[in-house]
Amino acid sequence: MLLFFEQLLNGIQLGVFLFLIAAGLTLIFGIMGVINLAHGSLFMVGAYAAAAATEWTGSFALGIVIALIVSGLVGILMELVVMRRLYDRDHLDQVLATFGLILFANELMTILFGRTPLFLNVPAILNGAVEILPGVQYPLYRLAIIAMGILVALILYVIITKTRAGMLIRAGSTNRDMVAVLGVDIALMFTLLFGLGAVFAGFAGAMAGPLISVEVGMGEQQLILAFVVIVIGGIGSVRGALVGALLVGVVDTLGRAFLPDLLKLFMDPASADGIGAGLSSMSIYIVMAIVLVFKPSGLFPVAAAGR
Amino acid sequence: MGSIRTSVLALAALVFALLVPQILSYYGEDYLIGSASRIAIYALAAMSLNLILGYGGMISFGHAAYFGVGAYVVGIASFHLFDGSTIFGFGGTDAALLSWTLAVIVSALVALVLGALSLRTSGVYFIMITLAFAQMLYFLFVSLEQYGGDDGVIMYNGRNTLPGLDLSDDTTFYYVCLAFLVAFTVLVALLIRSRFGKVLQACRQNEDRMRALGCKVEHYKLATFVLAGAAAGLAGALNGNHAEYVSPDYLHWTKSGDLMIMVILGGIGTLFGPIVGAAAFLLLEEFLPVLFDTANLTEYKEHWRIVFGPLLILVVLFARGGLLGTLATIGGRNER
Repeated sequence: MLLFFEQLLNGIQLGVFLFLIAAGLTLIFGIMGVINLAHGSLFMVGAYAAAAATEWTGSFALGIVIALIVSGLVGILMELVVMRRLYDRDHLDQVLATFGLILFANELMTILFGRTPLFLNVPAILNGAVEILPGVQYPLYRLAIIAMGILVALILYVIITKTRAGMLIRAGSTNRDMVAVLGVDIALMFTLLFGLGAVFAGFAGAMAGPLISVEVGMGEQQLILAFVVIVIGGIGSVRGALVGALLVGVVDTLGRAFLPDLLKLFMDPASADGIGAGLSSMSIYIVMAIVLVFKPSGLFPVAAAGR
Repeated sequence: MGSIRTSVLALAALVFALLVPQILSYYGEDYLIGSASRIAIYALAAMSLNLILGYGGMISFGHAAYFGVGAYVVGIASFHLFDGSTIFGFGGTDAALLSWTLAVIVSALVALVLGALSLRTSGVYFIMITLAFAQMLYFLFVSLEQYGGDDGVIMYNGRNTLPGLDLSDDTTFYYVCLAFLVAFTVLVALLIRSRFGKVLQACRQNEDRMRALGCKVEHYKLATFVLAGAAAGLAGALNGNHAEYVSPDYLHWTKSGDLMIMVILGGIGTLFGPIVGAAAFLLLEEFLPVLFDTANLTEYKEHWRIVFGPLLILVVLFARGGLLGTLATIGGRNER
C-alpha cells in the first residue's frame, strides 16, 4: 500500500512533466493550427542549457533561470525563421519541416556537447527525503517538481481566464482571423505564445535534468508521450492536457511497477515478467485507443481547434 | 501521367536498374550492389506509404511499424529454426515463400486493427495516433527479451531460401527486390487508374462530397491502409533478409519520418516519385559524408544531418512537388 502511494506520486510527477510539454504543444496547435514536432527539441535545449549553466555558474537556481531564457529565445528564433512560414501550409509540410528541425537540433547538440550524456545533480537544498506519511519517505526533489507543476498550471489558468492576453489567446483559438481583423498584432502574439510554449518545455527539460540523463534524443520520447496526452485530452484544450497528462503519467508508472506482479498471480513468473513488461510499455497506448473508441476527439473536445 | 515521355523515361530507368549489377562490376564497385538492394527495398516501402499519403491523403506517421512487423516475422521464424524451439506450437522456418507470405499477412492484420482505430479520427489527430501506435509496437519489440530486446534478432541461418534461386548471392537478391518493386509499381499504376483508385483520390479531394454521394469512405481508406501495410511488411521482410538482422530500429519513429521524406523528396502523389525519393535519400545518406570529406570537414562528417535537416526544410518550403515536380516544372510541364 505504501509502495502504491509512492508510485502514485511518481506517476503524478511524470504527469507534471508531460503537462508542461503538452500545454505548450496544445496551445500552439489550438491557436496557430500548426503541429510542431520540434517541441521536444525545446525540452532538450532546456535540459542542456540547465546542465551547462549549472556547471558553469555552480548554482542550480541560476541554471534553471538561464535555461528558461535560452529555451524561450530558441523558441522565438524557431518561430521567426521557420514556423511562421508554416501556418498556412498543410499538416504534412509542418510535420516534415519540423522533422528537419529535429535533425538539425539533435546534430547541433551532438556537436556542442558530444554523445556522452550529461548528468545534473539534485541541488543540495532539495536533496534528501521527507516523510509524507508515517513510514513513507519521498524524495524532496520530486515533491518540488509536483509543486512547480501545480504552480505552473495555476499561473496558466490565471493568464488564460483572467488577463487580456489570455482573452486574446482564447479568442484566437476560436477565430484567429477575426482577432486579426480587430486590430491585434497577430504575428507578434504568435511569436510570444510560441516563446511561452518553449519556456514551459524548457522548464520541464531543466527540471528533468537531475532525474533522467541529459542526452540527444531525450526530447522525442517525451514529445510522443505528449502527443498521446493531447490526443486523450483533446487538442487545443489546456484542461484536457492536464487531465491527460496525469492519466498517462499515473497509468504508465503504475503499470510498470505493478503489472508484472499482478500477472504472477495467475501465470508462471518468467512469462509474467515478459508479458508484464510488454503490456506495461503498451498500457498508455491502450488507454489512448480506448478513449478514441468512445470519444474520437478526446475527453475535452475543443470545437474550433478540430478543423 | 501516361504521357509517352513518362513511359519512355520509366522504361529507360527499368533498363538501367536491370543493368546496375553489370555497371557496378564493370567499375569494380561490386560492394555497392547492397546499396542498390536497399534502394529497391525502401522504394517499395515508400511507394506503399505514398499510396495512403499521396493518393489517399492520410498522413500516417507510423508506417515504419508495418515495415518492422514484416521484418520481425521473418526474423522470429528464422530464430526459431536456429533455436529448434517453437512459437504457438509451430517450428521456425527459413523458406522465403512461407515466411514472406506470413510477413505480408501479419503486417496486413496489424494494419487492419491499427488502421480501423486510427481512421476514426482525421487531420492532426491521425498523425499523432499513427505515430503513437507505431511507438507502442516499438516498445513492444524492445520488451521482447526472447528476441533480443533492444539488440534484436540476428538471422544466424542467413537469408531465407527460395527454390531455384540463391538469395545469399547479392546480385540475385537485388533482382528479387527489383522484381517486387516493379510488380508493386505495376499494381499501384493499375490501382490508381481503377474505379477504386478514382474513389480513393476523390475522397482525398473532398471527403464530404463522396460521403454525400453514398460512398463508404471509411472502407476505401481502410482497404488502402491495409494494402499499404502489407506492402510495407513485404519490404520489411526483404530488408531483414538483406541485413540478416532485425531490430526495433526498424520500427523507430525516425524510420517513419525517413519514409515520409522519401515520398516528399521524390514527389508526393506521383507513381515514380517514391522511387526517385528513396534513391535520392539513400544516396544523400551515403554521399553527404563523402562531400564533407572533400570539403576538408572530415571531423564533421558524421554530423551530415546538420546539413540534411535544413535541406529538408528548404525542400518543404520552396520545392513543392519534390524532385519530380521540380524537374517537370523546369522541363516546362507539370506532371501532376
